[in-house]
Amino acid sequence: MAETYTQGLTVAEGVRLRRQRRLPVKGTVLVRKNQSVERDTVLARAELPGVARVVNVAALLGIAPEAIERALLKREGDAVTGGEILGRSSGFWGLFRSKCTSPVSGHVESISTVTGQVVIRGVPIQVEVAAYLDGEIVDVFPGEGAEIEARATLVQGIFGVGGEVWGNLAIVGPGPDERLDPGRLDESHRGQVIVAGRGLMPGCIERAAYLGVRGLVVGSITDSDLRDLLGYDLGSAITGGEAVTTTLVVTEGFGDVPMAERTFRLLESKNGCRASLNGKTQIRAGVIRPEVVISSERPGEGGESVRAMGISLKIGTRVRGARVPFLGRVGTVTALPRSPVQIETEARVRVVELTFDDGSRALVPRSNIESG
Amino acid sequence: MGLGFRMKRILITDCGSTTTKAILIVSDDDGGRLQARGEAPTTVEAPHEDVTRGVLGAIADLESIVGWTLVEDGRIVTPRRGDVGVDLFLSTSSAGGGLQMVVAGVVQTMTAESAERAALGAGAIVMDALALNDGRSVHERIGRLRDLRPDMILLSGGIDGGTVAHVVELAETLAAADPQERLGQSTRLPLIYAGNRDARDLVRERLGGRTRFSTVANIRPTMEEENLGPAREAIQSLFEEHVMAHAPGYPTLVEWAGAPVMPTPAAVGSLMRTLAEVTRSNIVGVDIGGATTDVFSVVDGVYNRTVSANLGMSYSMANVMATVGAGNIRRWLSIEMEEGRMRDGIRNKMIRPTTIPQTLEDLRLEQAVAREALSGALGEHVRLASGLKGARLERTISDVFEQRASGEGLLDMASVDLIMGSGGVLSHAPRRSQAAAMMIDALQPKGITELAVDSVFMMPHLGILAELEPEIALDVFRRDCMVLLGACVAPVGKGRFGRTCLRVSLDGLARVEVNFGDMAVLPLGPGETCRMMVEPASGFDVGAGAGRAMTLEVRGGRVGIIIDARGRPLDLPDDPEMRRSAQRCWEESLDLFPQRQDHRAGMQEHDG
Repeated sequence: MAETYTQGLTVAEGVRLRRQRRLPVKGTVLVRKNQSVERDTVLARAELPGVARVVNVAALLGIAPEAIERALLKREGDAVTGGEILGRSSGFWGLFRSKCTSPVSGHVESISTVTGQVVIRGVPIQVEVAAYLDGEIVDVFPGEGAEIEARATLVQGIFGVGGEVWGNLAIVGPGPDERLDPGRLDESHRGQVIVAGRGLMPGCIERAAYLGVRGLVVGSITDSDLRDLLGYDLGSAITGGEAVTTTLVVTEGFGDVPMAERTFRLLESKNGCRASLNGKTQIRAGVIRPEVVISSERPGEGGESVRAMGISLKIGTRVRGARVPFLGRVGTVTALPRSPVQIETEARVRVVELTFDDGSRALVPRSNIESG
Repeated sequence: MGLGFRMKRILITDCGSTTTKAILIVSDDDGGRLQARGEAPTTVEAPHEDVTRGVLGAIADLESIVGWTLVEDGRIVTPRRGDVGVDLFLSTSSAGGGLQMVVAGVVQTMTAESAERAALGAGAIVMDALALNDGRSVHERIGRLRDLRPDMILLSGGIDGGTVAHVVELAETLAAADPQERLGQSTRLPLIYAGNRDARDLVRERLGGRTRFSTVANIRPTMEEENLGPAREAIQSLFEEHVMAHAPGYPTLVEWAGAPVMPTPAAVGSLMRTLAEVTRSNIVGVDIGGATTDVFSVVDGVYNRTVSANLGMSYSMANVMATVGAGNIRRWLSIEMEEGRMRDGIRNKMIRPTTIPQTLEDLRLEQAVAREALSGALGEHVRLASGLKGARLERTISDVFEQRASGEGLLDMASVDLIMGSGGVLSHAPRRSQAAAMMIDALQPKGITELAVDSVFMMPHLGILAELEPEIALDVFRRDCMVLLGACVAPVGKGRFGRTCLRVSLDGLARVEVNFGDMAVLPLGPGETCRMMVEPASGFDVGAGAGRAMTLEVRGGRVGIIIDARGRPLDLPDDPEMRRSAQRCWEESLDLFPQRQDHRAGMQEHDG
């Protein structure tokens, strides 16, 4: 039997999920191996060097660069506070004296008699890494962070916006083919992760943000929805750092595509459970897809580890279309022709024959399907 | 199979961001030929994290085609032992995003621009070009530097004997930002200083302890002189010694290779330069990838390369739309498409970059985006491929009349003899005429210009080979890589629609009269040559002067001789319906798309 391999997104229950959580710079790890943690447990903490501000003392005091050391009241390494006088000029016979102040609190990092500049390093910025998942520490990286294992339900999306959030899952709407009406969102949804079906009706994003909804999981959005959410035209699919109130995870793509039945039903079965959500998406080398993780299932025996996405493609495999005209349509592989076939564009490509649930059949390029 | 004494087997790989491509070349007394090509996914990331696994995978694919053993015990066999192994193994690489650099100079249009040219010429992607007059405050520059994680920094500034304080100010900005290297926290970021020699010690004082500091000759020793060679060489040598040495598996790859591993774009540039030198012609090359578009030019022996880091056909497709606007993409469509549908289609390609157009509508949309990406990338190239800004020119009376100024663009499309296209949307266009149309619309060649595409993307391979074996590289390029599409005849000028623009005849056999605003194709197949006579109407110039006829020898190709009488610069009708109608006429003239739909609208959906 002909067999090949296709990419796909993971939609699975009871998987063993591991996540490495690391600080951006060396710091202190606050947990130990085998310790149980919750998603908001701080695992590690570090201090980033403060932002450097350059003060052109020579220009501000109207003196030559080589003369600034005489005018400065501070030396390298001295602490300064915002607004504190850094130096002053003596002026002519005591007249026309001028002064310059530090724009930030911190310490004097360097003094240059070539350029007349003083670098003030701001106070260190504290960074923390939270667990993100409910689980158990399985490895500790001294000074860097830890690895967590959780037994979880994982739904990977195709595209997302916004960073890590968590809240209880709330299924709003009757099914995967329904668009979410903003009128269905109310105060009870504050702090929750809302699962909509097919898409969002106008006003949903604003309403969700107003109510303090932490996350939205939806089958598809339009380019117009995305511009409304971000306020600009997104260029590259590298997201996760946007300053949005509500993190968004899209499971199918852009346009008007229903959420896959299997995805919706799995999320529906977890209604009310604690969910972690991350909209971070990166579609260049080192692909990162957004995700919904329900990790309230305690770690234990069993569960398959998730490493590589994708499935082995053979007769009978369930797949879904990844591009128009079959985007989001789910079907079963009924033939895997060996030789390339000419498609409508006149390109000759390798295809699969799919039989859709309504009984219709179509030839679809293999690069345009993914695991269903 | 026995190999003759003079026969050579050369194996070359290119480790791309997603795919590693291997080619096997066999050369003998008759020159070099491509024997086979194999590919496998690149393996610089988890779970493999060893680039050589992808290399061996691509070679295994190749071995299965030719039936020869090239690898034993996980190593490439070289030197060759009879039928086993190869005589030479070479590699290029852009895996992991290629070589990413930050450059800095005192003045944006002078030393910073020279530094940008040096970095781009060495095959880098320039993440940012900092200058004291770049419109940002010092703390904004510091913030930007902290966010970026380049592979290396090129710092320039000041002519020799010129400003010292400004160069030191830049060095202090860099020191305050303390930028970190991309591939490792434990190593120091390489920094090349190529500025005013009088500031060298002061710059070293400020950056020597924080970076892996090295110096080369000033890239702008005087206002009138640019000296990019030493900086380019230093970048390429640091790329292999430092950047690649820290990438997973690269030390082994470097050990296997018979010459230094080159950044992929530097190799393509090497091929372009060799080709231009041997054929004594002016060449423009465009390589439109998923994330970036590279433009190379060799005009009158001067080589330039630019990369538009966010103009591409998959990952960066939505960035093309964000940059040029949906309206500029839609102007290339002959069919009506609602804007929301178009925008959603482009975003879907962005999030599923490996999918391919399945419908003609979708194909048209991708090719419309490609036109804008190519056009934007050429614009960027023209900006950078310019004369030295700030230089005092010795002017002649004719220069004064032509208003030539310092910093003038060096690339005039009328002087280009060959345009070479590469990248999936051009090389794999279902009809070759579509590739020709995209390049003509986007790059707007003037006069008479040959058009070609790369058959299977092996220009990087042949580029690195050209450094060692230029004759073999050019043999393979001509025989197996370059697919000549034909020539484009595009008169410069404007006229009235419907009035004769030019007459073209081929050997007195085929003859055509083309009106202003129209396009036509004269058949002249691959391998065929003939004398072509072009007679432009008054006010139109094909290279011999306005209204002056010219006769020349032309080569045919997969499309033929394309007459583009739409004038230069190309203006499209403002009215959407008129514009679509004009596009349909041009599509028909070039036979771009199937006239009759053999496949039912939608797809090959068939009954049960």
